[in-house]
Amino acid sequence: MKPTDIKNPHYFHKVIDCQYACPAHTPVAEYIRLILHKHYTEAYMINWVSNVFPGVLGRVCDRPCEPACRRTRVDEEPVAICRLKRVAADNRDDVLGLLPKAPAQTNGKKIALIGAGPASLTVARDLSILGYEIEIFDDQTKLGGFMRSQVPSFRLPEEILNTEIGYITNLGNITTRTSHYVSDIRDLLAQDYDAVFVGCGAPRGRDLDLPGRAAGDKTIHVGIEWLAGVVWGHVEKIGKKVLVLGGGNTAMDCCRTARRLGGEDVKVIVRSPRAEMKASEWEIEDAVKEDIPIIENHTPREFVIEDGRLVGMLFDKVQPVYDENGRRRLEPTGEEPVFFACDEVLLAIGQQNAFPFIDENSGIEFTERGLPVLDPVTLQSTVERVFFGGDAAFGPANIIIAVEHGHQAAISIDLLCRGKNLHDRPHPQVKLAGQKLGFHDWIYDSHVTEDDRQQVPTVAKAKTLRDRLVEVELGFSQPTSKTEAKRCLNCDVQTVFDYTLCIECDACADICPTNCINFIENDEEAVLREQLIVPARNQSQDLYVSDTLPTGRVMVKDENVCLHCGMCAERCPTSAWEMIKFFYKSAQASQL
Amino acid sequence: MSYNRPAFRHPEAQKNDIGYTRKQYEGGISTLCAGCGHDSIVSAIITSFFEMSIPPHHVVKLSGIGCSSKTPAYFLGRSHGFNSVHGRMPSVASGANMANRELIYLGVSGDGDTASIGLGQFAHVVRRNLNMIYIVMNNGCYGLTKGQDSATADKGSKTRKGAPVSFESIDLCELAIQLGAGFVARGFSGDKKQLVPLIKAAISHRGFAFIDVISPCVTFNNAPTSTKSYSWVRDHMEVTNTFDFIPLRQEITTEYPDNTAVPVTLHDGSIIKLFKQEEQHIVTDRKDAIAAIEEARYNELLLTGFLYLNPDSEEFHDINKTVATPLNQLDEKTLCPGNKALAALNESLR
Repeated sequence: MKPTDIKNPHYFHKVIDCQYACPAHTPVAEYIRLILHKHYTEAYMINWVSNVFPGVLGRVCDRPCEPACRRTRVDEEPVAICRLKRVAADNRDDVLGLLPKAPAQTNGKKIALIGAGPASLTVARDLSILGYEIEIFDDQTKLGGFMRSQVPSFRLPEEILNTEIGYITNLGNITTRTSHYVSDIRDLLAQDYDAVFVGCGAPRGRDLDLPGRAAGDKTIHVGIEWLAGVVWGHVEKIGKKVLVLGGGNTAMDCCRTARRLGGEDVKVIVRSPRAEMKASEWEIEDAVKEDIPIIENHTPREFVIEDGRLVGMLFDKVQPVYDENGRRRLEPTGEEPVFFACDEVLLAIGQQNAFPFIDENSGIEFTERGLPVLDPVTLQSTVERVFFGGDAAFGPANIIIAVEHGHQAAISIDLLCRGKNLHDRPHPQVKLAGQKLGFHDWIYDSHVTEDDRQQVPTVAKAKTLRDRLVEVELGFSQPTSKTEAKRCLNCDVQTVFDYTLCIECDACADICPTNCINFIENDEEAVLREQLIVPARNQSQDLYVSDTLPTGRVMVKDENVCLHCGMCAERCPTSAWEMIKFFYKSAQASQL
Repeated sequence: MSYNRPAFRHPEAQKNDIGYTRKQYEGGISTLCAGCGHDSIVSAIITSFFEMSIPPHHVVKLSGIGCSSKTPAYFLGRSHGFNSVHGRMPSVASGANMANRELIYLGVSGDGDTASIGLGQFAHVVRRNLNMIYIVMNNGCYGLTKGQDSATADKGSKTRKGAPVSFESIDLCELAIQLGAGFVARGFSGDKKQLVPLIKAAISHRGFAFIDVISPCVTFNNAPTSTKSYSWVRDHMEVTNTFDFIPLRQEITTEYPDNTAVPVTLHDGSIIKLFKQEEQHIVTDRKDAIAAIEEARYNELLLTGFLYLNPDSEEFHDINKTVATPLNQLDEKTLCPGNKALAALNESLR
């Protein structure tokens, strides 16, 4: 193998598994260290710069970082990254003075944003501080989009959302036009907007056209519409027996909301096996804790109507069958249909994109699946000055992906307005900081603790079920957050090897607790991987290969389970190994 | 400075035949200087016992005083241990071995502990052919007292301060061969590929197995002008024979051409296959062995690998016809056969 090029920022970025997995590449390890040292405000601001909604995401993020966490490869559970983010939000001082301000003089460019969800709000933030004049259109009375209308208050209190949206709208240069439905995008294109961003989400919940659907219409609801009805006060109660169909996070929000509006016997019914449900594992657990059974392998057959009233549903039992490619098919077991009695049904079987306001004569082209034709990097549509982001771009996803789309669209819009090539995108910011404090001491807390993942305290079930506005989770206390923060392995503190200083004493290889470090004859990657002390079979993790050493061997480090404990550098007599903090910040339109 | 090694280990770490991972063979964290050769030897010892699938509690580790003699704290945490008086480890090892011959005895010593204060004890434990592994971590200086020349420092070799060594050095391997050891080898802490099989073969050997391991002192004796430094040893290392160590019960597979191999079968059935190359001596001959060491020294080379092998030597228990059962397993009647037996014994000596 060729020596690893550690000057390429991609290499060390990839070592920071959580940050690499995060769509917005939030510097996770950096803010966790700040939380450990009680610098909550700084930790919050790092998050705010990167993901715009730390308080929101600290509660309801999809957390792609956690399954990626290196700790899962040596310990049972990942660091509770999402919950630590909330600690920063909960304990921060007033940050108003720390936020940037839009310049008093605008740059003369006007941008229209359709929809006021996380993607649009991110575009608004990134561009307003550069001097752009922003106009946000949304048909709801308040901003927030999906975060407001579909995420229930017991998971995300309204004031958290209001505060963080306020941080953006108060930056300046942002005009909000709520209760304003854009019925035809051509109206906006005809005006003097320099760019239009579509962040309208995937607003249509899928319906279920089965016998009895029309007759039972009064007590059969589409999940996301019903959730929005609850938020806006149109829905205040539900029948005692409720069936929720679907296995995604919306289904979990529906069933738990139903429990708070009078549902006593609430069941979630899923077509697939439970293990394959789309909902996040923790959201399923939360539902189960609220006495909601998850009934798997049942496909709906019909709505049962008696005397013009819905009395229950019939389901066929199925079993999963996998073909040789691992693809799943649900096959009927041939058993009698199963009947579940109910008063109301909530359908949470998926969301679809809908663009009724985009006429085919607008020039904006769509794929067969009804999604806009976009450049995947720039998010530009077939009309030069129209961009898409969030769920509107590639179908339903999550908040953090929407935020990242917002950042990328803002970069594209800025480049477009400055007449630059949209593919000539800005580079990430990278900083290196040595961690040596003394001969054997480090600035960072290198000690690897063995504590298990800390549990988040919750409000008593009886109390939260009475009031849908009471937030269930209380968040970590400061001492608990410290224990949890210490579980972080500091993967951003990189082990950097200088082959010119190495005397090949083997001290690093001998001390390394996880046998990452090897001194062997060089070879092709596939061969090297098998010849290490412990073969490096996790192909997603790179090998760090040095130049040739005096004995003709090379140093090969398998990054897979490196604990970043600094032992190699501590035991190195010549400082050939050094612990160097690598700070990686994604590029944004406004380099905050 | 870290006082603990993290507890996590590689989740795919290999297990040996008795179901242990390397972790079960580790000890406490080393407090030696960063880069000390002794740490590498410790690692080689751990690897050897792990790969030989020896339960740690079947091992007795013994040492004297010095940097080297601290190391038993860093390996085989779950074995028996005795950190004895300076240079007196052989006496303690002899006593323990007499009491229970079923355990594996591993003595760890340094050049000061063996070649200076302990030279007398060393000479006699070799003569007696005590069944033990005796490893000298040889750095040519007194590291623990700030690097004074030791008795194994080669005449003319220069330490960090630049003054050449004025006295003749003791070659412990040559001495051990002269005194009748049946297994004499030399290794280098910076070459585990060679050192690990040497230790494994020493474990399998019955009788006194001596390994002199050159182990650079990074703090006081690692100048390029020192014959115990990483760079000097790497530049001047010569190997007697390439070899394979094939433990008992392991299938014989070898990368070397078999026609040149000289197999040496150890007492427990393990085999050392020596691969003789042109103009190299056979290490089963004592005269040749000593000549080879002398010749290498004349050529300013360091001869490593197996220096002398005689697997059929009689060990201390054989010579003394001692009882096979460990003393703690004998009942009182056997241990104290009474007046009649004593009288009979006295009678036989009249």
